[in-house]
Amino acid sequence: MSSPDRVAMKHGAGGRAMRALIEDVFLSLGGPVDGVGLSAMDDGAALRIGDQWLVVTTDSHVVQPIFFPGGDIGRLSICGTVNDLAMMGATEPLGLTCAVVIEEGFPREDLLRIRDAMKRACDEAGVTVVTGDTKVMGKGEVDGIVLNTAGFGLTRRLVRDNGLRPGDRIIVTGTVGDHGMAVMTRRRDLQIEGDLRSDVAPLNGLVRAALDAGGDAVVAMKDPTRGGLASVLHEFAQKAKVGVLLDGPSVPVNPEVLAASEILGIDPLVVANEGKAVLGVRPEAAERVLAAIRAHPLGRRAALVGTALAERPGNVILDTGLGRRLLAESDGEPLPRIC
Amino acid sequence: MALQNLPAELKFRDPARARALAQALEREVKAIGRTPVNVMHVCGSHEQAIARFGLRAVFPRDLSVIMGPGCPVCVTDTPEVDEAVALAAMGARVCTYGDMLKLPGAQKSLGDAQTDGGKVEVVYSATQAVEVAKRYPLEQVVFFASGFETTAVATAAVLLAGVPDNFSVLSSHKYVPAAMEVVASMPETNIEGYIAAGHAAIITGWEIFVPFAQKTGAPVVVAGFEPLDVLAALVKLVELIKDKRPEVANMYPRCVTREGNKPAQEKLWKVFQPVSGDWRGIARVPQGNLDLRPEWAHVDARKRFRIDTNLVGGQVVNALAAQCLCGAIMSGLKNPHDCSLFGKECRPDAPVGACMVSSEGACRIWHQYGGLPDLREVG
Repeated sequence: MSSPDRVAMKHGAGGRAMRALIEDVFLSLGGPVDGVGLSAMDDGAALRIGDQWLVVTTDSHVVQPIFFPGGDIGRLSICGTVNDLAMMGATEPLGLTCAVVIEEGFPREDLLRIRDAMKRACDEAGVTVVTGDTKVMGKGEVDGIVLNTAGFGLTRRLVRDNGLRPGDRIIVTGTVGDHGMAVMTRRRDLQIEGDLRSDVAPLNGLVRAALDAGGDAVVAMKDPTRGGLASVLHEFAQKAKVGVLLDGPSVPVNPEVLAASEILGIDPLVVANEGKAVLGVRPEAAERVLAAIRAHPLGRRAALVGTALAERPGNVILDTGLGRRLLAESDGEPLPRIC
Repeated sequence: MALQNLPAELKFRDPARARALAQALEREVKAIGRTPVNVMHVCGSHEQAIARFGLRAVFPRDLSVIMGPGCPVCVTDTPEVDEAVALAAMGARVCTYGDMLKLPGAQKSLGDAQTDGGKVEVVYSATQAVEVAKRYPLEQVVFFASGFETTAVATAAVLLAGVPDNFSVLSSHKYVPAAMEVVASMPETNIEGYIAAGHAAIITGWEIFVPFAQKTGAPVVVAGFEPLDVLAALVKLVELIKDKRPEVANMYPRCVTREGNKPAQEKLWKVFQPVSGDWRGIARVPQGNLDLRPEWAHVDARKRFRIDTNLVGGQVVNALAAQCLCGAIMSGLKNPHDCSLFGKECRPDAPVGACMVSSEGACRIWHQYGGLPDLREVG
């Protein structure tokens, strides 16, 4: 049972509840800025510097387990921030910061493993950490390790998440649900056979290829992390006041993820990704951008999955191949059903 | 691999076959030549399939597919919850299925009882409840058993297999065929045919519906739970309505037989007997509850303990609850959109009515799948 006076888990899960908490509590910290500020609730901020935009973003990373199939908290912390910058068009980050809070007794060996994973991810993204901060807290005062990274980068053209017009096409750059399903099944120790692996990866190279091919025709971009593809499409629809028609059968899903989702009763569309982007593209450029994404190693399974509509602004309609329904906006973290 | 593109095991989700069935349904409904044609299914899992796959968007406008009393958690009545809450207050360890925790009693739910320090445990099966009793040999462990004949068989099986002395059952098991009779006799419902739940029919067999169909003049079609099962069953049902044939058709032959699972039926009736009982929001349902037979009094919590619901029962005036339409929704008279609380004051994390509590409840299902507006013309 959740009390209205207390913060609940759902308030951090990327859905409606989290947006409400931010609006109620933190939004008043923002103010007018020349560019994109807090009130836009975008992936990051963009501040005008001459004829360019300085994109800034920050993200704290907590994940259980710390090491999971396909990645760990270190790789996640680099990729998450690089990807948030890329989603606004800053595909060549100038640098990252890294603040770490460690629990007393945390194994040094694990810390080195995390460091190595961060290093590899930095190399893939072509970025370095330029400053940091380290704190240690007493046993039980923090759960293992918390990593915060911030990133900054310059771009001449800012990509927002509110640019859809009716007729625009939606591209997803690969299979959905891999990261969340890999972590969830590992966390609950569900013995599911097959290769459930997180997709955590830096997307700046892939996004650069898409922007080179599409230019101004790429009108919206977001990475479907917590809340999954469903949450991103709701944001696109609500911010641009359009409807979105999602063609379910064309959404790429790995068979292992599909199997786990049937067993757990969780729709892959609401499960987190850490190596995917969702793009809104003008219709005439859609095939060209799709081809450029597919030519990138991280985008081979990219697909056109939806279309913006003038009807039902703010809603996402799922065509299941058998019928149609609205996609419900997630309330909080998807949990396996209990019966 | 795309969502609907898995090989053979998902052939009951084939879009091309679904389109053909939807066209056939359109044709058959048109051939009846009046509107609306009202049919009812009596199972939350059927509503799940219809909602999840968006089938209402391909149903003909002149066909009204209504969800009846198909959620055992939803129809568990307030006094039954009060009994379980009272047992927890008396110090018993109460085991039950997860959905039952949030079900409102007169004053408290079992979840509230747990917050108050009561020993309440969620179990996934009757067998697991027996394991709890073995783990706490010095405590009284009561299994608050809910569900239709499908889960009642599981409860019967563990009792027949032998249980520890400290284990007893508080039965709120319900019997579906009895509820169909009640709905059919309501003057305000005008149901012309029924879709019966495939999993329950695996136990009872399809023949059990023959007297019902003959008596009411409404055909019954037994259906499975994949989207194509539901569509094919509807086509068959509308055909039977059109031809005025009050018969029973089995559209789930890969699982259901005429006589059903005889050993399971024997177990069921060895342990349980049908008695009249109140179903929440609906009515008194003759033969609708499954009580333990007298020879099982030693494991019947109602006989074994003096359950005093005075402390937890009574009537609490709740302005929101007064607006709740669960009863009318479960009787098929209203749908969740008719309720002013739906999706506003009444949500899965703060349910007002029983239909928003359980994953088998109509309101909960509609909410989960986006509220189910009419999307036939969009895009």
